[in-house]
Amino acid sequence: MATNTQIPVADRRVPVIAPGYTFSTITEKISNIVLSRPISLGWILGFLIVFGMMNMLMVALGYLFIKGTGIWGINIPIGWGFAIVNFVWWIGIGHAGTLISAILALLRQTWRNSINRFAEAMTLFAVACAGIFPLAHMGRPWLAYWMFPYPNTMRYWPNFRSPLVWDVFAVSTYFTISLVFWFVGLIPDLATLRDRAENPWVQRVYGLLAMGWRGSARHWHRYETAYLLLAGLATPLVLSVHTVVSFDFAVGIVPGWHTTIFPPYFVAGAIYSGFAMVLCLAIPIRAIYGLQDFITMRHLENAAKVMLATGLIVAYGYGMEAFMGWYSGNQYDSFLLWNRLHGPYRLVYAALLACNIFIPQVLWLKKFRVSTGWLWLISFIVLTGMWLERFIIVVVSLSRDFLPSSWGQYYPTKWDWMTFAGTIGLFLTAMWLFVRILPMISIFELRTLLPESQVHEAAEVKQ
Amino acid sequence: MSDSPVHSSNYGPNYGPIDSPIYGLMAEFDSAQELVTAAHKTYAAGYQQIDAYSPFPIEGLAEAIGFHKNRVPLVVLIGGLIGGISAYALQYWVAAITYPVNVGGRPYHSWPSFIIVTFELTILFAGISSAVGMLALNGLPMPYHPVFNVPEFAKASENKFFLVVFSSDPKYDAAGTRSFLNGLAPRMIAEVPS
Repeated sequence: MATNTQIPVADRRVPVIAPGYTFSTITEKISNIVLSRPISLGWILGFLIVFGMMNMLMVALGYLFIKGTGIWGINIPIGWGFAIVNFVWWIGIGHAGTLISAILALLRQTWRNSINRFAEAMTLFAVACAGIFPLAHMGRPWLAYWMFPYPNTMRYWPNFRSPLVWDVFAVSTYFTISLVFWFVGLIPDLATLRDRAENPWVQRVYGLLAMGWRGSARHWHRYETAYLLLAGLATPLVLSVHTVVSFDFAVGIVPGWHTTIFPPYFVAGAIYSGFAMVLCLAIPIRAIYGLQDFITMRHLENAAKVMLATGLIVAYGYGMEAFMGWYSGNQYDSFLLWNRLHGPYRLVYAALLACNIFIPQVLWLKKFRVSTGWLWLISFIVLTGMWLERFIIVVVSLSRDFLPSSWGQYYPTKWDWMTFAGTIGLFLTAMWLFVRILPMISIFELRTLLPESQVHEAAEVKQ
Repeated sequence: MSDSPVHSSNYGPNYGPIDSPIYGLMAEFDSAQELVTAAHKTYAAGYQQIDAYSPFPIEGLAEAIGFHKNRVPLVVLIGGLIGGISAYALQYWVAAITYPVNVGGRPYHSWPSFIIVTFELTILFAGISSAVGMLALNGLPMPYHPVFNVPEFAKASENKFFLVVFSSDPKYDAAGTRSFLNGLAPRMIAEVPS
């Protein structure tokens, strides 16, 4: 265990951290973004825009709570609409954060160390945005606590056979564990900020959060065990969350929902959109804060490759859905395929195929993987495509089910759009604050990437 | 070695005396390598009440000061079992005993439906146990600690490496320990006031 096996001798790829850094310069560069970098005009202007968008969410939700869900475009047969489309989209985006922090940690992928912190923050904010939608969709959101099993005077209990109850447990566990994982990862860096802060109040706040972390060898030993176990627990958790979300659909009988391919295909789609969001955030952040030495082209290229791979799994899912529509011989399933290609939402389906399947194939070419401009654009397209996918799954399937007499069309209202744009504002506001309040790259994990952190135990001192 | 700290009357929860004016002697080193070597030598010289501090986890450092096994995995196992068992028991009690509802003719004790909530609560309890267990076994939160009294120790979270021999160590004597630490070629040696 004690021998150094981590750095391959002939690794000719771009390094995960640019050469020439020391423990001190890494610490300084990342913590100064929080502690001493002045607040620029650009940051303030950007903040005003995203904060304005967040306030639009508050207005939209306030009006919703006064009037009820009638202000949205939902009606029978399309009772789910934007609320569930956005819920699934946001939850999916969160998945990349946990994948990077937990699964790549278990696989000992050292390149994750520069991007896991802000990817985990992204997870938390995305899940917070996601959580708003089912609550707002309830009609009586002030009774949301009825979803949890607790002794009450109505002598009522939740139905544990319902996927919607499973969802409550899956999503709330996911948020809690993501928060715990993120905070545990932050503790040593909070101690660094405590020790470097000059303003006594700032020092006190970070000191309070660091809880007296002092880097004792005994503490690190337990810390590493706890972190590894958390990674091991978060790995099956993240796979389960989107699986459970897909059960919301797959356990139903509506054509287009009732398929066994949903769980793996939802998880792959979640990671696909999550990595797209990671790239959409990482590319501007590394440019603005000059972090190209820590978030190198290697990181961006690896993320692009993960996107390409998960995108192909998603493409396989679409192909299988179409194949089963034909092969099953079930008239409702084959009609669903016809309806997607020729029905009233055919343009949405065409845009979905273009965004999710065809355009991202350019990532096979290195030229596109190493160009930040192209990568950003492709990631944005993938995010759009994954939103359209959820729209197709929720709206198109509900709009035309078994009986033509019960068919209908869905028209989102301005309140639907305001709520959706508002959650993007909430997400970006949280991100805007996060990059200036907490170290967006894990400082102590970057230190371990330096060759000086590796210890070779001399034989003579061993007992 | 056991995970439990020494619980005699004059030791704090994380090693070290609580009733002596001097907490111990601190030596500062420049590199992880020097710290591990020094820790090995100090432990080999018979000092048992020692601790090492570093700005990142160092492979083998805990073993070098004689700390081999921690109880975090046990706490996580217990937490996970409590979460899983209580989740299944709650669902069984609700669905089959106190509030039986016939949903599509399914059996009241429809165990496949109960797997998901059982799984999620296992993860939830185990995950929280791992964080809380780690902090509790580490004796955190503990905002004030004698080692922080040494001004140079602020660099322990940046780029410096420290070794402390507690004054509670039976082998500790102010002059002898200082000259032993001097032999390890540290950057500096400081007395840590309690």
